[in-house]
Parts: sequence; structure tokens; C-alpha cells
Amino acid sequence: MSDENRKKFLYINRKAPYGTIYALESLEVVLIGAAFEQDVSLAFIDDGVYQLMANQDTAAVGMKNFSKTYRALGDYEVRKLYVEKESLAERGLTAENLMPIVYEDEDDDYAEKPSLIFVDRAEMAALIRSQDVILSF
Amino acid sequence: MGTLHTINKSPFERNSFATCLAHASAGDVILMIEDGVVGARKGSSFAPALAAKLASCAIYALGPDLAARGMKPEDVLEGVKLVDYAGFVDLTTEKARVCAWL
Repeated sequence: MSDENRKKFLYINRKAPYGTIYALESLEVVLIGAAFEQDVSLAFIDDGVYQLMANQDTAAVGMKNFSKTYRALGDYEVRKLYVEKESLAERGLTAENLMPIVYEDEDDDYAEKPSLIFVDRAEMAALIRSQDVILSF
Repeated sequence: MGTLHTINKSPFERNSFATCLAHASAGDVILMIEDGVVGARKGSSFAPALAAKLASCAIYALGPDLAARGMKPEDVLEGVKLVDYAGFVDLTTEKARVCAWL
């Protein structure tokens, strides 16, 4: 797609998974959007950081565990997952509590590189004002 | 150009109000709609935070949503401007992007 048709899309995720449908719906929209070759970024703010928790086990609640889908996003050119440091800290979480999410860089001999980018609140605000389109979940 | 931020939840129910205020940049516009207008009321425990944000952002509340909840223009924090639906549309077109805080 030509650059002039390529827009910066930011998907803001602020809800924990499983309690509501927001997280799963966001993921589905992200995957649909990825097919249109846009410049996609995801933001995880507030309880949204819980979507990225390692060791999610939904067997006992009888719901589909969609956490593995985040690790597949790199294959769809979705490689910028911004996680807000303050949101983690407020919830007693650290980066070590999250799933490792990587993508293969085809320009660097398919080296695995991290997709998770940890930013503070001011950097998140700057990310928001750099976008063309923002979709909130 | 900046960003139009909308808040549609009461600050007493969710943190959408606080998170919006924490992520709105100088020159942005904040518009409270639906249950979000609860946060615009003068004398509420959230009024000081809203008043502080007025220094860097223009803040609006949607009049029809205030009226529906029994609030009059004079019940709104000083400095917060009222808009109708047409004004909402104008704000949307004036800013470069819209960011909804749900």
C-alpha cells in the first residue's frame, strides 16, 4: 500500500480480559485492521495491562484463553505493544509478570526482537498525539 | 490541532476521567458526555482535578446529557463550557483525532 494511504492506528486497551468482552473484541479488530497494512500500535493502560499477563489459565472458568494470540501479532506486522509503566506499578505488577512477546525481524536475519515497549505516562500521551486514528476498548 | 478526548463514564464509577486527565496534552480538548457529565459538577470531589486541567485544556460538557440528569448550566464547574450536539460535531472536526475514554 502506498504511504499516503498508510495511517497510524492506535488501539487503546484499558480493560482486564475475561470479565468483559472488550479485550477479545479489540484483538479481533486489530487482526482485521492488520490486513489493511496500516501502521498499527497497541497501548495497554490501566487494567489493560492484565491482558498481557503470563500464565493465564482459563480452564476452570470455561472461557477461551486468547492470550496466545498476542504472541502471534508479530506475524501480522503488529509489533509495537506499548505498556504503561505507571499502570503496572499501580497494580503491583512488573514487566516480569508479562508474557514475553517477540517478532521476527526480516531485515535482520529474522532475529527475534521484543514487541513490548515500556513507556511512562508522558510518553503514552505523546504516542496518543502522534496518531491518525484511535480506537478505544 | 490536538486531540478531542471524550469521557462517557462517571468518575465515581470508573477511572476513565482520571486516566483521560493524565493523558490529555496541553492544547487538547476534553468533552464530557453521557454519564461523564457527572464529573463536570461544581463541588464534586473531582472538581479540583478538573479545575487544574483547565489551565492547559479546554473542557466541555454536553448540555443535553446534563439536562437529562437534572443538572443546570450553573451546576457546572466554572470554566467548563457547554455544547450541544452540533457543537460536539464541530469539536470533532476541529481536532486532528478523537480519543474516547470508556
